Amino acid sequence: MSNENKNNLNNSLSLPARSPTANPIVHISGLSKTYTVNQQEEGAKATLRGIFRRKKLEVPAVSDISFDLAPGEILGFLGPNGAGKTTTLKMLSGLLYPTSGTATVLGYTPWKRERAYLQQITLVMGQRAQLVWDIPAIHSFELNRVIYRIPSDDFQRILKELTELLELGPLLTKPVRNLSLGERMKCEIAAALLHRPKVVFLDEPTIGLDVTMQRRIRAFIAEYNRRFEATVLMTSHYMADVAALCKRVVVIHHGRLLFDGELALLLQKFTTHKTIVIQMGECQADLKVYGEVLSCEDGRYTLRVPKAETARITERLLADLPVVDLLVEDPPIEEVIDRVFTEWNR
Amino acid sequence: MKHLYRLYIQQFKTTFATMFQYRAMLVIWMIGQILEPLVYLIVWTIVSNNNGGNVRNYTTTAFASYFIVLMLVNQFTYTWVMYDYEYRIREGLLSFALLRPVHPIHSDVADNIMSKAITLPVLTVIAIGLAFAFHASLAVTPWMVVLFIPGLLLAFSLRFLLEWTLAQAAFWTTRVSAINQIYFFLLLFLSGQIAPLSLLPHPIQIAAKILPFYWTIGFPTELLLGKITFAGTIEGIGIQIAWILVCIVLVRVVWRAGVKVYSAVGQ
Repeated sequence: MSNENKNNLNNSLSLPARSPTANPIVHISGLSKTYTVNQQEEGAKATLRGIFRRKKLEVPAVSDISFDLAPGEILGFLGPNGAGKTTTLKMLSGLLYPTSGTATVLGYTPWKRERAYLQQITLVMGQRAQLVWDIPAIHSFELNRVIYRIPSDDFQRILKELTELLELGPLLTKPVRNLSLGERMKCEIAAALLHRPKVVFLDEPTIGLDVTMQRRIRAFIAEYNRRFEATVLMTSHYMADVAALCKRVVVIHHGRLLFDGELALLLQKFTTHKTIVIQMGECQADLKVYGEVLSCEDGRYTLRVPKAETARITERLLADLPVVDLLVEDPPIEEVIDRVFTEWNR
Repeated sequence: MKHLYRLYIQQFKTTFATMFQYRAMLVIWMIGQILEPLVYLIVWTIVSNNNGGNVRNYTTTAFASYFIVLMLVNQFTYTWVMYDYEYRIREGLLSFALLRPVHPIHSDVADNIMSKAITLPVLTVIAIGLAFAFHASLAVTPWMVVLFIPGLLLAFSLRFLLEWTLAQAAFWTTRVSAINQIYFFLLLFLSGQIAPLSLLPHPIQIAAKILPFYWTIGFPTELLLGKITFAGTIEGIGIQIAWILVCIVLVRVVWRAGVKVYSAVGQ
């Protein structure tokens, strides 16, 4: 992609510019993180040389990103693998020092890891586990009760709430290693929220879970956010999570901020085609003139048409053909987001 | 302080529950803890018997007493942080520890104390059995016990802090097993585990008394056996305290630097 095109895309993506959030809970400004890694060269000679002098390679993971989160907001943080999402979440939860830039969360600088700060946040990593593996989750919960200084009465009440919301009942007394992935994830989330964090960082909380479990966790996040007015920053590869929970999204790619705004706006911008499904008697008509025929089964045609021509084509279809039923659909969000990334790559 | 007390009690419960999940492994591990000193005891018993019943100032029964007491002292001061640390960093467990508003060293202290409370009674019974089998004799006076207890507690504190410091090498390298091997090799020779220090060449004895190893195992062992004079005891406890102070500083400095590296690289 030429620079000019890139700029055009950039402009079209970032429009309209978001006005700064008033009294943000999370404020990120020019945040960057560059990893320094040792480079291993091929060949015996190079390996020998490497013993004495290693080639360092600077790998930018996050470059100059800025955005805010308003109190009680759920923000979707999107990007392909390696885009810098986890790095950003780790900086915000105090696990990583940035290379440059600033961030304040609840008025604290995260990487100072002040006790009062850690007391008010949580980070859930879908692929990592904090629960003690060999014993029932309730032991880890009790340990967190003491670590986070949760008064006993509060703990019992919160535990009861979480148990109801996440249907944890029988899971709490089974050794964690005997739980299924979904069951374990529910316990992980509960453990991470026992201290009622005001800011919740979720990194792929539904990864690897089946659709039912994903839906349940999604509903739970919405409920937690509503009940406790918690601010949530979440990444997910499942667009259903994002569509259900986040009004606003931030998109990053190769460590750079691509888009910050309403999800609907992003979809609108990048939805170039729509799908028209029509029901006819049988699959014998040639509908190529109307659009790309994706499939036909038992007289049910699926057509892909340019978004701008949807109305015109629909009208023609109805006028020209013996259509029994007609349906106009948006493409799946996954497809749209994929387009955002591929277009930027090109 | 009250918070820490509660934290320790809760960690005790967690360790207790965890250890009993793997009873078979616990038994195998304890057998290992018994076998090692037992091998040295048998070797020295043979050497002593072939030498007319003694090696320098150690008789065959004195060897038996030495290695049996040493087995218990070693069990008391032993920690597994050096084996564990690399795993924690690699598996991201340390990230969760860093997210918590409490220093992770506390859970290790509590964990080690609890594991000893579980294993020591069993090993004590075995030690008594071994004492009969090898005709060990132990003439303990109340005065020796009074000196032995602080010596033992300080030995545990020193070994714990020393190993917690060294374990943090995992922040800088993924190949900590080489460091661990060097450490355990030095510990084996200089702590009195392979033989009482007084039987080793003079330069090694001097090195052992300058370095911290002897003060973590050999010193409390010899205290209970009445091998150390009162003046020597006071001097030894002084050296233990000095090393502990050094290690407290080291733990803090290395931890701060290690976390900095960890949070620069990320896992």
